[in-house]
Amino acid sequence: MPQFVRKLDEALAPITDGCLLAIPRESSGVAMAATRALIRRGVKRLALVALPTSSLQADMLIGAGCVETLETSAVSLGEFGLAPRFTAAIMAGTIKMKDATCPALHAAFQATEKGVPFMPLRGLIGSDVLAHRPDWKTIDNPFGDGDPIVLLPAIKPDVALFHAPMADRYGNVWIGRQRELMTMAHAAAKTVVTVENIHAGNLLEDPKLAAGTIPGFYVEAVAVAERGAWPLPLPDYYAWDAEHLTEYARLAATDEGFAQYLKQHVHERKAA
Amino acid sequence: MSEKRPDFRSEELLVSVVADLIGDVRHVAVGNASPIPAAASLLARARGGGKPYVSLLGSPRHTFFTDGGRELFDCAGQGRIDVFFLSGGEIDGEGNVNLVSVGDYDRPTARFPGSFGSAYLYYVVPKVILFRTEHSKRTLVPKVSFISAPGGSDYNVHRSGGPIALITNRCLFSFDRARRRFTLQSVHPGHTLAEVTVNTGFEFDRPPDVPVTPAPSPETLRLLRQAVAPELAEVYPQFAAKVFGFGKSA
Repeated sequence: MPQFVRKLDEALAPITDGCLLAIPRESSGVAMAATRALIRRGVKRLALVALPTSSLQADMLIGAGCVETLETSAVSLGEFGLAPRFTAAIMAGTIKMKDATCPALHAAFQATEKGVPFMPLRGLIGSDVLAHRPDWKTIDNPFGDGDPIVLLPAIKPDVALFHAPMADRYGNVWIGRQRELMTMAHAAAKTVVTVENIHAGNLLEDPKLAAGTIPGFYVEAVAVAERGAWPLPLPDYYAWDAEHLTEYARLAATDEGFAQYLKQHVHERKAA
Repeated sequence: MSEKRPDFRSEELLVSVVADLIGDVRHVAVGNASPIPAAASLLARARGGGKPYVSLLGSPRHTFFTDGGRELFDCAGQGRIDVFFLSGGEIDGEGNVNLVSVGDYDRPTARFPGSFGSAYLYYVVPKVILFRTEHSKRTLVPKVSFISAPGGSDYNVHRSGGPIALITNRCLFSFDRARRRFTLQSVHPGHTLAEVTVNTGFEFDRPPDVPVTPAPSPETLRLLRQAVAPELAEVYPQFAAKVFGFGKSA
């Protein structure tokens, strides 16, 4: 049996410079401890794709110069305001942006999940979202009569990275109802997960847990990172650190402030 | 003029108007960071004795979805969501919404978070209520810089949904999908037609006499403060505390 559970830096080895990295929305479980480790390592030229939005994670990776391309439906700190490093990068033109819409990203991941080259989606026609996506095509519904519909090419990430409540030593990862994490794992060539703790038994042996479990078959590596989503929430486990996020929004508003934040919370506080 | 000060807050008026717009439907979904639409949906449910279903995104307690983030969109595609709410950094007179950027797309002068689900939901949810509390020439513009989602579509484009109304801090507009044009329905108490006109960047139609938006009834205020406020406080504690004085210590 492969050794699934590794040290954080070892688990993150598949996330190489230039890879297509899939990350989940804030309410699904974001691997923030892993994100800080990637910034410390100095990962470069990431093609980041959010399913379907991102918040602090994309903002920090962009601010730290790790991102070349970003595909997402939105980047926002939500209650804590606009994502300042994302906004600054767009205004300065330092990242390549692929604006999408949430169901398009879900559908494009599902295409890879099903092993088909594209997925059709309603909506989009007449929008500037479509106008700025030369990789999306409009065709006539072959089963209809003058019914235009948009096709989205499958998104096949090199690596999916997220944080979940628990895994076992067989690489099975419990995600509960955060089902888009299942789609991410099915679509990505490799899946790397940080977890709060290691479950003593085999998650697949309990039918109640098995239904919400990604089988180890799809998983490359697992690392324990307690409170690994901090300062973001892990749904049903812990909430935002509102004070910290307020401080982030304040500091990240300027280049100098963001550099100070990285120094203080990423480079110096390795344990966090 | 010695007008009596109203015994309701401006947010309560907006909530009441939006609840009326929701009408008799089966399922209302509300996106993130939308306390007034959320309160209006919960008010509609309190009035309906448990109908409609209300899905508040970002609230595990107030959604029944178990199939991940895609279920909302799949549900809408199936025709199972009747009402949704959208806002925009810019909204224009044809009902186009912009959630992306101002100016040239490649070198914008302002950038918003992004389109979220608008480029899909605007097409397939029958009643989309546009919502923008800042009613100014900056937000209500002649033409949006970027169309996240268009107010109308060509006849051959699948379009089972679209905008029905736009509510702001000053007034209520209805939207005519065939003509792709707003009509002023009413001006909120304490605001004037002249103020609406001078602060709106697009042209709109208006009746000869523009009514005042009706004040929330005592029954509506009672439901809001007693039934809706505690439910809302679970998702929007700060808003519930500010508007309804609910759980102030929290």
